[in-house]
Amino acid sequence: MSPTASRRKATEPATPEQRIEVRKTYKLYIGGAFSRSESGRTYKIHAAGRSGRFLANAAMGSRKDARDAVVAARDAFERWAMATAYNRGQVLYRVAELMEGRRGQFATEVAAAEGLTPARADKVVSAAIDRWVWYAGWSDKIAQVLGGVNPVAGPYFNISAPEPTGVVAALAPQCSSLLGLICVLAPIVVSGNTEVILTSEHRPLPAVTLSEVLATSDVPAGVINLITGRTAEVAPWLAAHQDVNAVDLAGAADADGLAWADLERAGADNLKRVLRPAGDGADAVEPDWSPVPDLTRIKAYLETKTIWHPKGG
Amino acid sequence: MSSPSATARARELLGVGALTNASMTRWLNGLPGVDQVGADARAAGLGTRSIKTTSKAWAIDTAIGMIDLTTLEGADTESRVRSLCAKAMAPDPGDPTTPQVAAVCIYSDLVPVAVDALRGSNIHVAAVTTAFPAGRATMAVKLTDTRDAVRAGAHEIDMVIDRAAFLSGRYLQVFNEIAAIKAACAQDDANGAANGAAARLKVILETGELATYDNVRRASWLAMLAGADFIKTSTGKLSPAATLPVTLIMLEAVRDWRDLTGTQIGVKPAGGIRTAKDAMTYLVMVNEIAGDDWVDPHWFRFGASSLLNDLLLQRQKLANGRYCGADYVTID
Repeated sequence: MSPTASRRKATEPATPEQRIEVRKTYKLYIGGAFSRSESGRTYKIHAAGRSGRFLANAAMGSRKDARDAVVAARDAFERWAMATAYNRGQVLYRVAELMEGRRGQFATEVAAAEGLTPARADKVVSAAIDRWVWYAGWSDKIAQVLGGVNPVAGPYFNISAPEPTGVVAALAPQCSSLLGLICVLAPIVVSGNTEVILTSEHRPLPAVTLSEVLATSDVPAGVINLITGRTAEVAPWLAAHQDVNAVDLAGAADADGLAWADLERAGADNLKRVLRPAGDGADAVEPDWSPVPDLTRIKAYLETKTIWHPKGG
Repeated sequence: MSSPSATARARELLGVGALTNASMTRWLNGLPGVDQVGADARAAGLGTRSIKTTSKAWAIDTAIGMIDLTTLEGADTESRVRSLCAKAMAPDPGDPTTPQVAAVCIYSDLVPVAVDALRGSNIHVAAVTTAFPAGRATMAVKLTDTRDAVRAGAHEIDMVIDRAAFLSGRYLQVFNEIAAIKAACAQDDANGAANGAAARLKVILETGELATYDNVRRASWLAMLAGADFIKTSTGKLSPAATLPVTLIMLEAVRDWRDLTGTQIGVKPAGGIRTAKDAMTYLVMVNEIAGDDWVDPHWFRFGASSLLNDLLLQRQKLANGRYCGADYVTID
């Protein structure tokens, strides 16, 4: 406490208006722990719109933070992928419950980040939580819908079953700070992948709050890792990372100084699955996230295992 | 049973007419005590050095060349040893500029397999003997174990000391055992030791069981006095295995031993060194404590298995500028 503040406290009781604001400096979420960027850097987050008021400091993640996050995601993969679909669904549904408990905080942050009215922000938070529940519900239905028994000319069953591809790196949408984030994040983990999310560069606070939700949920450490920072700085390292199996370029739309085609090219070197951003050619656009989606984003991170099994005895 | 030369030299160094347990105890207890806090702080300080770009590339290749690639499992099969040897000769088959490791370290009964698999290469075969890892066997068994390995062509012998004897203060017994194994390494019978030279003897102190840093220093001096060519921290079967402060104390010991006797002794930390960063920290320490004479595979080794893969991943990262993954190195 500054000398001025302590003197004031001694002479006159501070009224609520005079209270010194607690200014927050958020951290990254890697391997279930909140860590500062190894680079030690932070950057200021401002509200959208004309006011542009200071909201908080966020950690400016570096390529080494991305590297550590991939290691954490890889370590968490086997256990998460081997968990039963039923269990994964329960764990993810529990996240929706916790988000509901933080509804007010999410609404405030979304309103500030996206420049929405409180009523509109509240609707967005509802939509985001509902979308999370929607994806969580898919966990034990993916195999029935996307897998199947194939007809073969012989006394065999031929069965195709979807399996998670591994570690997925995703660029979260730049504009839709919560609904868009969840539309990108949830379909990756629901099938058993683990992920490294590079949050919206200028609107990361709802994602930071989501990491606080995840830390108190049952999602195992390392399954979801969130990195805040400059998209154009970190994304190329994730796209080229040899231990990343798929990359979602949704956030390449409207990212400063980033051409998504370069990321796709970098990803091609180890045959990553690449989910392109919406839009034609170089003009990536961020889609409207509000309509109920189809299974495209779930399917993008699945491999198909096909096995033969003899019929009868 | 001890070799005359070791005993004679020990008598001279100790300034006694006959080696007794009492004289040896007096000499070892006369070594200065280790400042535990100071050793920990010095080791931690050396671990903060940042090594980048060309220095990092050099350190990675140097570390690869210092590895004793190790497999010491009850389930070691002949084919496992052969695949380990193949990896030792070409750690990264995709990049022929990758240096070879220094040696492969295996159980003594698998020495013939490794010798066969490594024929034509400069990679040494190191065998653990003397009832590794516990060292609980009679002297006759330990000697036979060692002679068998040397006869089969092992270039290096990794022996364990009898920690029970050491901790009970029976230093002369430990001395005699090391000296006897040393003599067994030098044996030259019909088949002869490999290359006609004596096998180099690495003495494993198993520092995790020695309880104090003072004991580590005493065990190091005792092993060198008895004729060790290398002093090695651990079996790798026990945690803690190699730690930075323990290695630091051993490096000080070999440095001071050379000042005293003119003989250079090697150091081998083993167990628990898994990342390239760890390895580089050790290299910094070797250079700072012992001096650059020791930055050489002949005088410093890493006993490791998973370390090699991490070094290869870092090497690939430096070569192609992107982070690499475990899918691009062999599983072993």
